[in-house]
Amino acid sequence: METLTFTRDDRYNAFITMLDKAETGPGKLSGIGIAIKDNISTRGIQTTCASRILEGYLPPYDAHVVTLVKKAGAGIVGKTNMDEFGMGTTTENSAFGPTKNPADTSRVPGGSSGGSAAAIASGMVRMALGTDTGGSIRCPAAFCGIVGHKPTYGRVSRYGLVAYANSLEQIGPMARTVSDISLLMEVLAGHDPRDSTSVNCPYAHIPDPDVRGLKIGVPEEYFGEGVDPRVASVVWDGISLLERKGADIITCRMPSMAYALAAYYVTCTSEASSNLARFDGVRYGPPADTRQTWHESFQERRRDGFGTEVKRRIMLGTFALSSGYYGKYYAKAQAARQRVRNDFLRLFREVDVIAGPTMPTVAFRIGEKTDPLSMYLSDILTVPANLAGIPAISVPCGTSEGLPVGLQIMGPHFRDERVIDVAYAFEQGVSR
Amino acid sequence: MVSEKDVAHIAELADIGIEKEELAEFTGRFNEILDYFDILDQVEQETRGGTDLVNIFRDDIVEDSLPGDEVLANTREKEDGFFRAPRVM
Repeated sequence: METLTFTRDDRYNAFITMLDKAETGPGKLSGIGIAIKDNISTRGIQTTCASRILEGYLPPYDAHVVTLVKKAGAGIVGKTNMDEFGMGTTTENSAFGPTKNPADTSRVPGGSSGGSAAAIASGMVRMALGTDTGGSIRCPAAFCGIVGHKPTYGRVSRYGLVAYANSLEQIGPMARTVSDISLLMEVLAGHDPRDSTSVNCPYAHIPDPDVRGLKIGVPEEYFGEGVDPRVASVVWDGISLLERKGADIITCRMPSMAYALAAYYVTCTSEASSNLARFDGVRYGPPADTRQTWHESFQERRRDGFGTEVKRRIMLGTFALSSGYYGKYYAKAQAARQRVRNDFLRLFREVDVIAGPTMPTVAFRIGEKTDPLSMYLSDILTVPANLAGIPAISVPCGTSEGLPVGLQIMGPHFRDERVIDVAYAFEQGVSR
Repeated sequence: MVSEKDVAHIAELADIGIEKEELAEFTGRFNEILDYFDILDQVEQETRGGTDLVNIFRDDIVEDSLPGDEVLANTREKEDGFFRAPRVM
């Protein structure tokens, strides 16, 4: 065991908890300091999900991914800031204050894994773990100018991840380079019997930058209404670079995009309304008042413990699942979700990967997005991959107005290697 | 359209405890979002939801669990190795 030295100057508020020392051992990640998003359980290290309701909570066990990175020799540096329970696109919805974007401190870093992205972009750590329910790894990666990968659903164990929307979320790697993403995937992927959705599909791969003959689908909808034309133009330049390296570009359509965002928000709020029922003050968090009745105590803890966006999503989900509305919202959302999946399956019979922007705009100004619906709409390009469970990576592809823009590459289920290869080809092409 | 009364009822069902002064704001935002969700009315239901995947369960064999004192370490309200909770009735 060796002790890592690392900077403790957290000028972007990237961390909720920073450890005094990080111990590193032998292994694939030996000598590397790693930051962990604060919704991933770390034994004996405060894990809050950026919520007051979990302030002071010390998990009695490690998430599977934490066990894996420790075993690989990485040193855990601290727990990163995020939108409360992962509910947000800016890291402003944190009980511990917003994280700032190292590329421009008047801007948000994106979210919800904004702390992890800022910690990497500012050079505090080489890599980090994030989680992605509807874009929460890819969005901050795009806004901060780093690389972030959402693995295929089931490829990385969710054991020890504080659940928000189980059917959508995945833990994944964030880093400055595609090679580091690939290295971290080697450590993270594989079967874990403690997650019943875990698939036995280890990752042992060295990125290959050869894209000759690769068919890249570009859906019109990814360059449609709501996408800033300046961002679209930077991303098109990126796709053209891959074409010059020998890939074939094929424009295509994804009609289900019309319903994807609504399907996503109905699904994630429904799952959240059930998952977040466990925060009642009995087992963790600010203690329940045992002199009150159950409902009085429960309501008081949750009124004081949850932020506005968390309350809103719990209520939306409660409503969408309530008798009389279930058919109109939840059942329809699942039908729409199936259409998104079918669109991808159809496209992947014709193309090898799908490319487009990660986010429709560059990073917002801090405080700019005040109404929840317009915030939700900015997730339109990332949620389809979660609805379908496919792998998707965001790789930096230039700037617009001086701010980073991300190129998103999506691939078929369990072809994480392929999207990582394409991102690597792009990264190598740019650096030459 | 949902009313402030509806939102108060939903908050009650979800045990979320929102303040009276917050009701108008929550209701307005709620309706904007629900209006947007109306696009789902255009989805035809014939598409079957879900996947062909099946649940994977482990065999029903007793395994070691976390030690009781560690499980209880995050609460103040405990008694004889149990959590103490508010009364239900």
